[in-house]
Amino acid sequence: MKSDSNRLWLIQLFVTLFSLIGALLLGAVLLWIMGVNPFDAYRVLLTGPFRSSFGFTEALTRAVPLILVGLGIVISFRSGILNIGGEGQLLMGAVSGAAVALALAELPGPILIPVVLITSFLAGGMWGAIAGWLRARFSVSEILSTIMLNYISIQLYLFLIRGPLIDPQQVLFGTGVPQTARVPDAAFLTTLMQGTRLHSGLIIGIVLAVIVFIFLWKTTVGFKMRAVGAGPPSARYSGINVEFFMVLAMFLAGGFAGLAGSVEVIGVHRRAIEGLAAGYGFTGIVVALFGRLHPLGVVPAGILFGALIVGGDMMQRAVQMPAALVTAIQGLVILFVVSSNVLLYKPELIMKFLSRFKRVPAPGSEEG
Amino acid sequence: MEEFMTAAILVIGIAFRMATPFLFASLGEMFSQRSGVFNLGVEGIMMMGAFSAFYVVLRWESVLLGVLLALLVGAIMGLLMAITSVTFRAAQGIAGIGFYMLGWGLSGALFRLLVGGVTTIPSMPIQRIPLLSDIPFIGTVFFHHNIFVYVAYLLVPVAWWVLFKTRWGLKVRSVGHTPEAADSLGISVARIRYQCVILGSMMAGLAGAFLSVGHSYIFADAMTAGRGFIAVALVYFARWSPWRVLMGAFLFSMAYSFQLYIQVLGIDFPYEFALIIPYLTVIIVLALSFGRVWSPAALGKPFVRE
Repeated sequence: MKSDSNRLWLIQLFVTLFSLIGALLLGAVLLWIMGVNPFDAYRVLLTGPFRSSFGFTEALTRAVPLILVGLGIVISFRSGILNIGGEGQLLMGAVSGAAVALALAELPGPILIPVVLITSFLAGGMWGAIAGWLRARFSVSEILSTIMLNYISIQLYLFLIRGPLIDPQQVLFGTGVPQTARVPDAAFLTTLMQGTRLHSGLIIGIVLAVIVFIFLWKTTVGFKMRAVGAGPPSARYSGINVEFFMVLAMFLAGGFAGLAGSVEVIGVHRRAIEGLAAGYGFTGIVVALFGRLHPLGVVPAGILFGALIVGGDMMQRAVQMPAALVTAIQGLVILFVVSSNVLLYKPELIMKFLSRFKRVPAPGSEEG
Repeated sequence: MEEFMTAAILVIGIAFRMATPFLFASLGEMFSQRSGVFNLGVEGIMMMGAFSAFYVVLRWESVLLGVLLALLVGAIMGLLMAITSVTFRAAQGIAGIGFYMLGWGLSGALFRLLVGGVTTIPSMPIQRIPLLSDIPFIGTVFFHHNIFVYVAYLLVPVAWWVLFKTRWGLKVRSVGHTPEAADSLGISVARIRYQCVILGSMMAGLAGAFLSVGHSYIFADAMTAGRGFIAVALVYFARWSPWRVLMGAFLFSMAYSFQLYIQVLGIDFPYEFALIIPYLTVIIVLALSFGRVWSPAALGKPFVRE
């Protein structure tokens, strides 16, 4: 029994790594078609972030929002809810976090920072809970509603940072760059390494990963959420309020994405700026899937994809290969991961596939 | 009053034209979903279709070749979608997000690599329908468009005929509703689903081609602006019926044109809120159609022969 679960764990690791390699190979074919030498591009993409301490700390900095969004995605996917709305929830968290930091600028840091973080968690959570409620009450597909809420929140966010929350300096000098004023120094997260952008958000992310793990696997609420994810009819039969846990799952998922937003504000940009979400809401899905929907898997996955984003920027500078290619590779990773699931949960398919290459066994013989 | 009427004619005319991408993509997605596959990759496939057609027109100035390439690119992506969701039984919603990111990243990268910056291509000629285009108001609104628009509207009855009056259409419906029964009658569930997903993806490619070479005459990153996702939602709203797809396409197209209406009439209303309207409409419409929705019973469920 023990060795079986060990083997399953190894197969999971193998299949997951194969997904990345497969996606990179397909990406190399695409590069070759576009007339770019795949070896040159990949040397920069894959090794660039690890060659300098700047590159590596930058990868860790990018990993912070990915880990936070990814943790929320893990909670929702484990509860059977597909939250595609990370991008919008992140923006709602960012703008409300920035607004609170600016409004309560007199508060000392040890009070202000938790207030900002909690506000953004609630804002992102409520934004996510809308989709949960629509699913529970009106059976609206949460995939479609969260995608629509993404588009809505981008406009809402732009309206706020262009209008009511715009930096007075921008109005004064007539430059009109859409961004909020700089948040007070007291709200800044501690820089972990001098001269880099790496901040204590990374520690928040790792601690929360452990908390989410304990929550999902060691508490009753977490158990019920996973039961809903395993199958709503049987969960309902055993007396679980399925609708409540759907909304809760979306609230928590949105909350983590919202937290990622305010951490970007008080950790990196110091204000809410245009383009803050930078695709983290979608890459967070890749991170969660690549981490095998396990909170502790999300941390290394977040760092890996953080490095891939940084490597993409380096690739664009070094060999003029657009960084957008990294988005395409992430898409391919999703396709490989979801396609390979069938091999994990239906091992007999692997056997069936392999048996095509073997001679047909004699009738009555029972092999593998 | 006259100003109001002129604005109304302008906006309805644009709404009529801008229903085109929804018609292409939603009619295609309808076949995919009727066969049981939820293809959320439409948005990404549209972006690739938009870029392919744009690039061909930019280089070789042939709309026909551009459309053919968009169809081919759509077919290739459709084949990939079918492999992941039919053969490998992947979770279709998540796979769709994979195709969205693939199409978004690849079209953006190709554009930067092969074109670089904003470049316009020649606009397409307007085909007037003799006599009909001379009718006041109606002529301007309905019979004053390029060839894409007419083809899109003609495809509505064609789709209805194929789905409800042909043997293949019957197979599509049975595979999406009772795959076990279809299988026991000797219909290959996988083959029909492959055909439908590829057809739907080609239509999505065509929808993208319209946006770049038949409407805005440029390519821009993420220019589809969620129209592919709305096209998927529209199929739910339309309850998998071609005639209701027509209604829905016009409704959502009106929602997109609304911000234009506000600009033309000079109403003081935040621009950002006007842009929200189509997406908000989708959510409201989906919530309102709650409870009275028939759906293909096997939608989103991979078929496994027992």
